Amino acid sequence: MSTGINTNNETKISVRDLKLWYGDFEALHGIDLDILSGKVTAFIGPSGCGKSTFLRTMNRMNDRIPSCRIEGEILLEGQNIYAPEVDVVQLRTHVGMVFQKPNPFPKSIYENIAYAPRIHGLVDDGPDMDELVENSLRKASIWDEVKDKLQQPGTALSGGQQQRLCIARTIAVAPDVILMDEPCSALDPIATAKIEELMDELKKEYTIVIVTHNMQQAARVSDYTAYFYLGDVIEFSDTHTIFTAPANQKTEDYITGRFG
Amino acid sequence: MNKSAEADIAIHTNNDAKMDTTTMANDLNNNEAGNTTASFMNEHKSPRQRKRERANARFHFYGFAAIALALAFLVFFFVDIIGKALPAFDETEVLATIHYSEAASKNYNKAIDKKMRGVVSRAWLRNLPAYMKAHPELMGSSVELWMLADSRVDQYIKQHDGHGLKSKHKHTVDAMLKDGKIRTVFNTTLFTNGDSKLPEYAGILAASVGTVFTLLITMLVAVPIGVMTAIYLEEFADDNRFTRLVEVNINNLAAIPSILYGLLGLAIFISFFGVPRSSALAGGLTLALMTLPVIIITTRAALRAVPESIREAAYGLGASNLQTAWHHVLPLAMPGILTGSIIGLAQAMGETAPLIIVGMMAYIPEAPTTILDATTVLPAQIYTWSTESMRGYGERTAAGILVLLAVLLSLNALAVKLRNRAQQSW
Repeated sequence: MSTGINTNNETKISVRDLKLWYGDFEALHGIDLDILSGKVTAFIGPSGCGKSTFLRTMNRMNDRIPSCRIEGEILLEGQNIYAPEVDVVQLRTHVGMVFQKPNPFPKSIYENIAYAPRIHGLVDDGPDMDELVENSLRKASIWDEVKDKLQQPGTALSGGQQQRLCIARTIAVAPDVILMDEPCSALDPIATAKIEELMDELKKEYTIVIVTHNMQQAARVSDYTAYFYLGDVIEFSDTHTIFTAPANQKTEDYITGRFG
Repeated sequence: MNKSAEADIAIHTNNDAKMDTTTMANDLNNNEAGNTTASFMNEHKSPRQRKRERANARFHFYGFAAIALALAFLVFFFVDIIGKALPAFDETEVLATIHYSEAASKNYNKAIDKKMRGVVSRAWLRNLPAYMKAHPELMGSSVELWMLADSRVDQYIKQHDGHGLKSKHKHTVDAMLKDGKIRTVFNTTLFTNGDSKLPEYAGILAASVGTVFTLLITMLVAVPIGVMTAIYLEEFADDNRFTRLVEVNINNLAAIPSILYGLLGLAIFISFFGVPRSSALAGGLTLALMTLPVIIITTRAALRAVPESIREAAYGLGASNLQTAWHHVLPLAMPGILTGSIIGLAQAMGETAPLIIVGMMAYIPEAPTTILDATTVLPAQIYTWSTESMRGYGERTAAGILVLLAVLLSLNALAVKLRNRAQQSW
């Protein structure tokens, strides 16, 4: 279970005794975790340990799975996102998500960015939208690569560019939190390095939660790391501690490669 | 495990990617038993390799034979149909004198010389009294003009067996042929007339208009309902016992013999709602019932082919169910939906069985002007002609088949084109 973290920082998301079932199978056994504002928090652990499942509970993507059932609370700035009066659509504009496989819409680069602000009525089409598109692409450090071909399909870009386009698309609605589900697992090392660089930049404005299979990546990009195993958080601490002096034997076995 | 055995495994897996691990293990055992020292340079094929190659060759042969057989049937069919249909696109005309007399306006047979009776089409002559009424200034004059020939003359000119032309007419025709008073022209009658009891005067116009009316109704009813049902089931409905029951039933409905839809159409539309019998409305609604499951199934398949990642992307940005389906899933599935709808409609177009029950297999010479008029459709027309005994109907049957085939093939070509356009990557 979560070890106490010395927090002077503000807590963005606080998870209290979260349990999750797929049908009869209990995938998460009571998670307690605090995610701090403006930091990068990484979830590591072997396949099937529940880290992606847990990530998806934070913007309620699990709602789409009919057999999925949840108990416990996830408080986003003190509000339980599973309360009945919560509007999932609004929630997802606050908690954006970047997926494992880059999934731009098969539309133009411009449309990829403009879509979400338009359906949420954030800005009108025209100069305001142009500005928003440019800003979002700049923040995702892809503006220079695509500024001359905004009307070309987003699917024609390279994998790394597509993933940065997806990040730009996510930040176009100005979320507080960005969830990243193994964002680099489909990318080559150079594209991965660019995304990692970008995360360092983004954490100044956004709280980032990342699931990764790559422990070096967790060590490089994150401020805090949680080690998941069989639906439990085994250890949660600042990244330096986890990788240099883990408190739990299981964590040590995993990060030293003896297990997993 | 020795080196050569390892190499052997590598070669076998290269040769045959489908070889499973048990066979590889067997190979390994053979080698360990020391009966061969196979390597990929070896000129002596192992028995296993020879067996595998023979099996491959056999399979190739069977596949090729199957395709050749199918192609042979297809070629035979096309040659036969086209060979029989082509003469139907010509019709024979005879040059004769017509007398616009008082007697002719009462009895159209009196308008031509006696020896021409049986040579000129009676169906054509039958229109004469009405024509004379419309043009009274012609009364008393005689004109020489090209008239439609009787079907038996037509068949005789085309040198078809069983033309049925009497010998006295045969002499007349032979003489006229020498004088150049007989010619063959493009058969416009086939396209401008409805059905007739005389083959030279029968055409596909009424049936074509009826087909268009019927299919329009089928399309307007089946496509929106089918597509909406599929979208609801695929994108919105919960996966529970009820929706699964609906799904199973839809799949079963697609496999029901089409004549049962005719009975359903008769019971619901004609008996209960009082839609006129033989009308395009009754036929179109009945065919819509039949097409609905096909459209639902193909639309669902098209929606399911849209990658889940696109839906996740939209949901992740806070799009609602409706926005995700409408803005992202539907545009990507549209070519597939259109393909399915076209194939469903093409199937409906070629259908006759349910239409027998709703009374569309009938002698209807007039093209319908509204969807409530009695009408027939192309396949029904073809069937009606095929049961006639006169030789002239035979080639018209083939011509009708050719026209229907041409329309169906163009519809399918359109469907293929749409499908190809859909094969973009995302």
